[in-house]
Amino acid sequence: MSSEKHHIVPYYVYVVILGALIVLTFASIGITSIELGSLTVAAALLFAVVKTYLVLIYFMHLKYDKPYIGIMVGAVFLLFVVVIIITFLDYLYR
Amino acid sequence: MENTHQAHHLPYDAEASKIGMWLFIFTELLLFGGMFIVYSVYRYLNPEAFHLAGEELNTFIGAVNTVILLVSSMTIAMSTSAIQKNDIRLTNILLGITLILAIVFLVNKYFEWGSKFAHGIYPGSQEMLSTMSQGEILFFGLYFVMTGLHALHILVGIALITWTLIELKQKKIHGEKYDLLENSGLYWHLVDLIWIFLFPLFYLIH
Repeated sequence: MSSEKHHIVPYYVYVVILGALIVLTFASIGITSIELGSLTVAAALLFAVVKTYLVLIYFMHLKYDKPYIGIMVGAVFLLFVVVIIITFLDYLYR
Repeated sequence: MENTHQAHHLPYDAEASKIGMWLFIFTELLLFGGMFIVYSVYRYLNPEAFHLAGEELNTFIGAVNTVILLVSSMTIAMSTSAIQKNDIRLTNILLGITLILAIVFLVNKYFEWGSKFAHGIYPGSQEMLSTMSQGEILFFGLYFVMTGLHALHILVGIALITWTLIELKQKKIHGEKYDLLENSGLYWHLVDLIWIFLFPLFYLIH
């Protein structure tokens, strides 16, 4: 059993992050209600990526865990991005 | 019994337990990732139809469910702080709130899907086949499969949180050993993460 002391996250940190997540949600609703064409998709995804980052770092404790877990998470997202790029290279240039 | 004797000496490694959960979460991310790729390809091929079909979805109910999941994510994250402070009562309350919010999410989903069904929008519907374009049918097919699979994950999350609450009552989870609580939390955040992408892709982008 590990005897190392765990970092206890104060409650207020979670409240602040929740506030930020809710603000970002309404901001993404606001920005997508404006007709920006293909920029709308980019804006909505950008907000979703920021929200994902906050959830991973604070709610899922990547900030407080050993760095290798975060590196593995990054690798999985990188793999996903690579697969998306390869798929679209196929569809865009066929 | 030999079993209880053994259980007492079972090696407990919180870090190993967490890694196991993360590896499982990676497989989940790639499962949904694959579906997001299918969605993006079909969206690229049928931009007009996806635009039209997306307007059928109720942004309000989607936004309410987003807030519900975000709040429930916060309460289960707080419960890991509470258990580390050995505050069993607060852990119980926070997990209870998470459980209730999870159920409210599913109730909303039930009404949302119900109103779609009432309008003849469901997989295999004859009305869809005769009135909608191929792209719109694809949109709703993806909508039902992806939000359905997500709802299935909500059900699994409810089961996990219930199991955690039972072990908490049996005092198997306490300030020194709370890997089940931590892993249930990670799973619940995953469910939240997936919804963070489902919501804009289906409800917001018209």
